[in-house]
Amino acid sequence: MVTLLERLGCEVDFPEAQTCCGQMHVNTGYQERGLALAQRFERVFADAEVVVSPSASCVAYLRENGTGLDGRLTELTEFLVDRLGVEDVGATFPHKVTLHPTCHSVRLMGIGDRPRRLLERVRGIDLVELGDAAVCCGFGGTFAVKNADTSMAMLSDKLRDVLNSGAEVCTAADNSCLLHIGGALRRQRAGVRVMHLAEILAAT
Amino acid sequence: MSAKGFPAAAREALADAQLRRNLGKATSTIRAKRAAMVEEVPDWEALRDAGAAIKARAMATLPEQLERLEASVTRAGGQVHWARDAAECNAIVGGIAREHAAREVIKVKSLTTDEIGLNDALAGQGVEAIETDLAELINQLSHDTSSHILVPAIHRNRVEIKRLFEQTIARGQDLGWEATAIAEAARGHLREKFLSVPVAISGANFGVAETGTICVVESEGNGRMCITLPRVLITVMGIEKVLAEWRDLEVFLQLLPRSSTGERMNPYTSLWTGVRAGDGPQEFHLVLLDNGRTDVLGDEVGREALHCIRCSACLNSCPVYSRTGGHAYESVYPGPIGAILTPQLRGLQNAPTLPWASSLCGACYEVCPVKIDIPSILIHLRGRIVREHKSRLSPEALAMEAVGRVFASQRRYERAQKLARLGRGPIANAALPGWSAMRDLPEVPAQTFREWWHSRTPGPIRGDGPAP
Repeated sequence: MVTLLERLGCEVDFPEAQTCCGQMHVNTGYQERGLALAQRFERVFADAEVVVSPSASCVAYLRENGTGLDGRLTELTEFLVDRLGVEDVGATFPHKVTLHPTCHSVRLMGIGDRPRRLLERVRGIDLVELGDAAVCCGFGGTFAVKNADTSMAMLSDKLRDVLNSGAEVCTAADNSCLLHIGGALRRQRAGVRVMHLAEILAAT
Repeated sequence: MSAKGFPAAAREALADAQLRRNLGKATSTIRAKRAAMVEEVPDWEALRDAGAAIKARAMATLPEQLERLEASVTRAGGQVHWARDAAECNAIVGGIAREHAAREVIKVKSLTTDEIGLNDALAGQGVEAIETDLAELINQLSHDTSSHILVPAIHRNRVEIKRLFEQTIARGQDLGWEATAIAEAARGHLREKFLSVPVAISGANFGVAETGTICVVESEGNGRMCITLPRVLITVMGIEKVLAEWRDLEVFLQLLPRSSTGERMNPYTSLWTGVRAGDGPQEFHLVLLDNGRTDVLGDEVGREALHCIRCSACLNSCPVYSRTGGHAYESVYPGPIGAILTPQLRGLQNAPTLPWASSLCGACYEVCPVKIDIPSILIHLRGRIVREHKSRLSPEALAMEAVGRVFASQRRYERAQKLARLGRGPIANAALPGWSAMRDLPEVPAQTFREWWHSRTPGPIRGDGPAP
């Protein structure tokens, strides 16, 4: 993401005091601890002009809890398309790719088809459809551990759709889903890898 | 009610390949029908807003609306009873049935009567309750319970139902494989009951305070038979089903069928107001049931669950429900709405795993016709259970606390990143058995992002935030 943003002319800073936004704690029921982390996030980034996050899930959660830095916190594809007005980021990625749109990108953030529009302008890319794309992959943070069996049933269906797409890379605008889908693809030695959208957009 | 808890009950359900097949097929079909029906309504979002607002107003003025409803029903010749809980309600209904010397009563499909275990309670008083909704009948004949709000036998397929009927109401017959012929067996069985049983029991989709009108929507017409043919009609209605005005129905009769069965209009909409001489039942009883609902109203976030109109769109859209089915929720209210309603009605400590039975994907909220923010209520209830009912010394609480402390400090966070490089593999896999059953953990890169960042930005650390 740093490479991509710098190529587009942004000056990038990385406040090293940042850790976690606290979503995992809040969504698991530990609101006090989680919201303290969200407030810590706001303090760490208080001086930034714009904060860009490669995770729609974290952005949606921070905004919902009133810790979105008064509109200065943006999700990556939102920043590229809306703030910079760029859809062609000058990337080249000659591979067969399928996009998992992610629940929080689509339903909580409402980033719509921004990831797709960005991918469509990548040179050499062969973007293929993912069946039942909008259905959850079964991650859900601690859900994947607390309800492991149900999560696995959901993940199995997502893997089937990823493999049926014929893609060699599954991408998304959220690392948490990719951790989940990628972990199972690796376990299965499926020969399909996951890449964050930013990695594809940074490729030349 | 047994209480395995959701993870264990779901584990059992997920192992049933036939169930997975039946459910996957049924829920995807109904999802597509709903989507098409909603698509064609240009003001769908405005209708959802109206539905949410009407329900919020009815709940905010609940005591007043219920008293208006009582007055209206009484004026129209009906009798109104108030039941605090299941036992009171079952006693009232059983008392009325016995007054009329009924050995059998026929029932319109009703979740509320399932919630209070009315059939078993009546059996204890020597009254047999006969379900007339086809799917409820299937469940009753097979001593099974409902697994879906709208389609209680969604977990059954045609073959299973044919075999069941041939062993019960059509004993000794070969019904063949045609769905219509199998359904005909139920029709013959039920017609006889409609014409002979003197007392019917229904639930209510809506009760209009202004006019005293009760509304039931259905597909089969068996409900219509029940509310018109017997001499006595008893309606059990949860107090949250009250609407202030007659005109409110206009909104819900558009929202409900499109959301539930994916139809522009449901085949039968029955409305009745008290009694009318020489036409339909000559005695009408309305039992208003609380059974935990006023407690739910006390929770400012959770009470939105009472706005539910039981359409079941959230079940069909839920990636959890559509794989586990309804029995895993161990309640008559399954799926996302059940995960927020059941713990609140029964007490959080009595259904403590249900609020976690969701990946928080948001599909339920997106389709809810009255815009109940189910994911937010799930998170709220998780917080309440952790605060009010979980030990601070549970392994989970201790782990969350430890991780929280790491996240609260840059120094601890960076040290943990370094340790992760050494400690993952066997140790991490043993710590997360659920995760590691199917997924590898990602490889820890040779260089962390922070190390890379330092390697390209020599000099003092930049942009460090204030110390926490």
